[in-house]
Parts: sequence; C-alpha cells; structure tokens
Amino acid sequence: MSDIINTSDFDPEFRKEVFEEPGAEKIVLCFNCTGCTSGCPMADQEPEYNIRKFLRMANLGMKEQLLNSPYIWYCTTCYKCQERCPQGVKNVDTMLKIRTIAIKNGIMLDNHRKVSQLVIKFGHAVPINDDAKEKRKAVGLPDTPPTVHKYEDALGEVQKVIKIAGFDTLVADQEADS
Amino acid sequence: MSKLSFFLGCIAPNRYPGIEAATIDTLSRLGVELEDLKGASCCPAPGVFRSFDKITWLALASRNVTLSEEMGLDILTVCNGCFGSLVDANNLMKEDSKLREEVNKILAEIGHEFKGTIKVRHIIEFLSQEVGVQKIKEAVTIPMDLNIALHYGCHLVKPSNERHLGSTENPRFFDELVEATGATSVDYEDKMACCGAGGGARTAVLDTSLQMVSNKLENMKAAGVDCIIDACPFCHLQFDVGQTEIKKKFDKSYDIPVVHYSQLLGLAMGLPLEELGIDQNLIVNEEFNKKIEKIRGGVK
Repeated sequence: MSDIINTSDFDPEFRKEVFEEPGAEKIVLCFNCTGCTSGCPMADQEPEYNIRKFLRMANLGMKEQLLNSPYIWYCTTCYKCQERCPQGVKNVDTMLKIRTIAIKNGIMLDNHRKVSQLVIKFGHAVPINDDAKEKRKAVGLPDTPPTVHKYEDALGEVQKVIKIAGFDTLVADQEADS
Repeated sequence: MSKLSFFLGCIAPNRYPGIEAATIDTLSRLGVELEDLKGASCCPAPGVFRSFDKITWLALASRNVTLSEEMGLDILTVCNGCFGSLVDANNLMKEDSKLREEVNKILAEIGHEFKGTIKVRHIIEFLSQEVGVQKIKEAVTIPMDLNIALHYGCHLVKPSNERHLGSTENPRFFDELVEATGATSVDYEDKMACCGAGGGARTAVLDTSLQMVSNKLENMKAAGVDCIIDACPFCHLQFDVGQTEIKKKFDKSYDIPVVHYSQLLGLAMGLPLEELGIDQNLIVNEEFNKKIEKIRGGVK
C-alpha cells in the first residue's frame, strides 16, 4: 500500500529550486521506463533507494518528504542511471542538487560534517598522519607531500575561499537541541 | 618529452604513497615528466563537496586548476574522483560565464584567476591516447604473467558527455594497457559495477557500501584472479580496507591483493618492490607475493 499524497503539501518553489540545476528540468519528460532504477547498483542493496521516485517527488515539489528521507545520501554517483536515461534527465546532478538544498535547510549527516571540517582544517578530506609519513619515506618520497600540507600560505588560500563561500558556517557543528 | 603537473589528491599521498612513487618513476621511463603542483588541496571530492555546496566545490576545484594554469601545464591525476571533480569543474568554468564570473570573484581574493587554458588528464586515458600501447610494450622488461580483475571505476568514463572516452558499459582501452604489461584481463560478472565508495556513501552508510564491494569481490574471486587492478586510490581503499571490514562485519574473507595500474607498470618495468609500496596494503597475500617474485626472477 502506498501512502496518500496530499497535493496541498506540494511546494512549487522547491521544484523551481531543483530545476536550477541544468538537466533537472528534463524530469518532466520521464515516462517511467525505470531504466534508472533497474540498473542502479545501490537499489540492488537497498530497495528504498529509488532515484526515479526521488526525482518524481522533486518534480511534484514534495520538499519535506524528500529532504528528510535518509536515502538521499545513498547515491554513490556511479552515473549509470544518467547514462541510461533515454530522456536526458541528469539524474545524478539533480540528486546532488537535492542534497545541497537539504544542507541549506540544515539537514546533514554527522559523518559528512566531519569530512567537511577536515577539509576546512587541513585542506584535505583524508589528511596525512604519522603512519602515512613513515610509508612515504619507505617508498622513497619526502615525508610531507608538496600539497597544502607543505605550504602554509596555500592552506590559507583554501581556508579563505571556504570563508568567502560561507562553507565553514554551513557545515559547522549544530547546537545540541536539548 | 612531455610535461604535466602532478595533482596528488588526498588518498594517494596520504594513504597509498606507493601509487605516487610508482607514477612518477614509470611515467618518467615513458618520457613523461611530472612537476609538483605546489600547494594543491583536496580536489575536493565531487560527490561529497558538490553535494554540500556547489560554489565551494567549484571554487576549490578551480583554484587547483589555476595553479596548473599558472605553470602553463596540463594536470595529471591518478584518481577517478580527482579526475571527475577537476574535469567537471574545468568544463563548467569554461562553458558557464555566469558561474565563472562568480567563482573568479572569489579567486581574485586569493590572487588567482581561472582562464580556461589547460586540460585535466587521467593517467589511464593519457597513457592510452598520448603514450600508446606500443610504447608501453617496449618499456616492459618483465612481462607480468598474471590473471587480473580490472576495475575501471565510474568517474574515469562517466558521465560520457564530459569524458568522451567511448563505451561506458563495455570499454576496452584500459584492458589494452593492462595487456601491454603481459597480464591477462579476465572477464568477470558485473565488471563495470561501482565499488560502492563514492558520493559520500562510504562515509554515510558504510555497511551498505561494503555490501556493494563485497558483491564485486565475490565475482572477482569466482573468476579466479591473482589480483585487482584499479586506477583510483579511493576504489583502491574501498577494495583494500573494505576487505578487512567485510571480514570483521560479515565474516567473509577474499584475500585478493589490490594494485593500482601505476604499480603494475612498475612491476613490469622491474622497479624495486619497496618503491611500489604494494606491501603497504592491509591485504597481504603471500601466494601473490611468491608469484610476483617468481615472475620477476628475484628482482627485488
């Protein structure tokens, strides 16, 4: 049994916002061939992950239901659906746009917050550590790579970009509610 | 001799430095010189940071591109994720004047400007298109008689309208590079399937992500291969660290060694084993090591 959809919950502004992403507006051409979901490797693992359904929800403007679904974070961006879509829908790009809207609305996973904060602090999502330094020396490389890890002013540039774009505020830890 | 800047990304230099060392040495033997891309940062990871804020993603990726523009060199990556991020950003900045203006305003604050003068290359498509299979064959001193499971990964070939590398469901160009080293690329079920790590999925839903890579490892094992060959340090980590996590969580053991193409090339060129860093993986398979030793006739 499917849930009943109440049309008064639809938010046309949300639909408009999703359609800012080029290729998202092609969702209106979807005729439910299910090429996207039938080839999706994530749907094989987790049937609740249904990109066709999610994009159609975006087309209807079902903002709350979509942004609060835990499954919008399951896409691995393998692009198989986008390659196969006969109507030229940019499925993955649209999925990413839906996620950016979720984050703008304060919906973000803790683990994703942590990865973001690593980039803010170190300029790398996977920063160096002591073990890696030893491994680098063992293969004949200098212990610190010539990236932002070595050049402090370069790290300063990265941090300045992040500040101007407001990314540090966007992914900052949230105050505990209780 | 052609010259490119070497974009390291995060996982190669900070987790699997053997990939970095092998790339520099093998490409140099093929007449390709790599220069440090000083002060580069995370690409930043496309499925993750582009998912969070498009302008931040685009500005940081564009900064990396401008560093290489300032050197007058095309960029070389050894990672599908970095390739995806930098190619997509580079194309977007070249094509969308409104976005370029917005991002260049941010970059002006740190003294850079995106001009759109260079290309972003991935080691596999670069070797295939610019160096060629014949030259690689000539540079091989020890044909690596191995049966391997090739993993293209997703962002090397997709989205195809950005990559222009031909078929995404049955490509051949990477298989040809593997076969140039003397190895056999064994067909296996769902060969083009995703490793499950990308898009922030490994970070968000580890168990489900591991289930995906577990299916892939199962198919590779059924094909009876000696090792996996990949071209992406993140897929590499998912296969290598993933096998130890799968053992712990699902009590399944595969023991399949994981090797980046640059490392396979290093083996076939007779480079010292300790420089290639294959033994720094979490998965160490003694049978595989013995086979390598036998093929290389005692070359350490």
